[in-house]
Amino acid sequence: MEEVVQQVLGGLATGAIYACIALSVVMIYQAIDHFNFAQGEMAMFSAFIAWQLIDWGANYWVAFFVCIVISFIGGIAIERIIFAPIHNAPIFTHIVVFIALFQIFNAGAGYIWEFTIKEFPSPFPDRLPFDTTLIGPHDLGMMIITLVMLLMIFLFFRFTPLGLAMRAAAASPESARLVGIKVGWILALGWGLAAAIGAVAGMMIAPVVFLEPNMMLGILLYGFAGAVVGGLTSPGGAVFGGFLMGVVEPLAGMAIGSELKLTVALVVIVTILIFRPSGLFGRVVVQRV
Amino acid sequence: MAFLDVANLEAFYGPIKALHGISFSLEQGGITTILGANGAGKTTTLRSICGMVKTGGQINFGGESIGGKKTEMIVRHGIAHVPEGRGTFVRVTTEENLKLGAFSRRDVKGVAEDMERVYGYFPRLKERRNQQAGTLSGGEQQMLAVGRALMLRPRLMLLDEPSFGLAPIIVQELFEILRVINQEEGVSMLLVEQNATLALNLADHAYLLETGRVVISGTSDEISADETIRQSYLGY
Repeated sequence: MEEVVQQVLGGLATGAIYACIALSVVMIYQAIDHFNFAQGEMAMFSAFIAWQLIDWGANYWVAFFVCIVISFIGGIAIERIIFAPIHNAPIFTHIVVFIALFQIFNAGAGYIWEFTIKEFPSPFPDRLPFDTTLIGPHDLGMMIITLVMLLMIFLFFRFTPLGLAMRAAAASPESARLVGIKVGWILALGWGLAAAIGAVAGMMIAPVVFLEPNMMLGILLYGFAGAVVGGLTSPGGAVFGGFLMGVVEPLAGMAIGSELKLTVALVVIVTILIFRPSGLFGRVVVQRV
Repeated sequence: MAFLDVANLEAFYGPIKALHGISFSLEQGGITTILGANGAGKTTTLRSICGMVKTGGQINFGGESIGGKKTEMIVRHGIAHVPEGRGTFVRVTTEENLKLGAFSRRDVKGVAEDMERVYGYFPRLKERRNQQAGTLSGGEQQMLAVGRALMLRPRLMLLDEPSFGLAPIIVQELFEILRVINQEEGVSMLLVEQNATLALNLADHAYLLETGRVVISGTSDEISADETIRQSYLGY
């Protein structure tokens, strides 16, 4: 029993990371109707930036917040420079650009920082102040940080005028322009936020998977899966889907053995999608005319 | 110069020219209607004023040239467009739709007052303030579209077929409110309608468009009396 609780808690901790990636993907999907394959690589690159700052002697938390700001600005720049001009281009144009972006970040990180595995520090103490064998200090810390961030993002979208404008612009860009919302900049802001969320996910997971250019590959897959299962039209659903993936994976491993755990996780996804094609929380918009 | 002055306006959808140099003007505080059959260019004219299509020619509003500007900047001059199809933000609540209408304003107090004023005109919207706007009826969504436009505290409202798809009783109610808004708040209006009788009743001036050209213009009374218009558009 204790082992199950350990696995579930550990799963929730990694699930928090999947949830962040799922949320970033959904935010961009809602704004431009495309899947950003490069989301994971952007997060990896952010983690390298933080590593570099720490390596130069910066305090962890200084590096943490500077990295978030750099990633936010970087996300905005990517939208303004690369995606704004191809906004109306067909889907294949987007796919090619996403693949290019993926490759640029992956190879770029390898070129600048080499492909060798690096250790990334955890900001959390080695020991928890209370005695438990159920969850490790980094897992617990990572879960708290990501949950706080997700809560802040929820509050931003739900209760601020800018958050409302972002929701409106994603759903009805033309009407948004008619009330004076600068839709282009709102899209860029969405990219910035997605990049910042990814940066936090990258910095939190790096001590676990170790820092190297390919570290986000598996995580991106689970993040995508979480986004699809939760529903691409529902940010909250994507977050839930991410956590779900985190928990299903180790439990499947326990039940069937680690060779098949990925398969089982994917079977769960397919089964859910057969019964709920738009995901668990994806909604079909009700509209009367 | 008139309040809204449009000269030699051309509009393009890709290579296709939809307006062939139309000119018209609107006096401050007035209601002007643009009549015409399907495809005459009525909606395109409104979209041109708002910078939603590529245009040529001049558009002056309140003494400033707004031709070629971006939609979101034109809105800031005080032009509120009630678009064809109502443009409801379906996934947010009624009240959030109204808040969005005031997005470009910074005077929090004025916005709150205007919200109450809109609820005064349309009590139904107040009852449904926390309902997802996509679930409102067609008539309610049209009220919401007008309400959202009012939240800008506009100097000019562009109304694209506000009567479309609504029951006659609702249309009557809506047009009565539009008249009140025009007379009491001095909001000028440019109205596009298929229902010519309705439009001529509300408006003081009218222009008739045919395939992207102005063919007849005059006061509403003159137009109502015109033999051709009566036969082709008023149907008696």
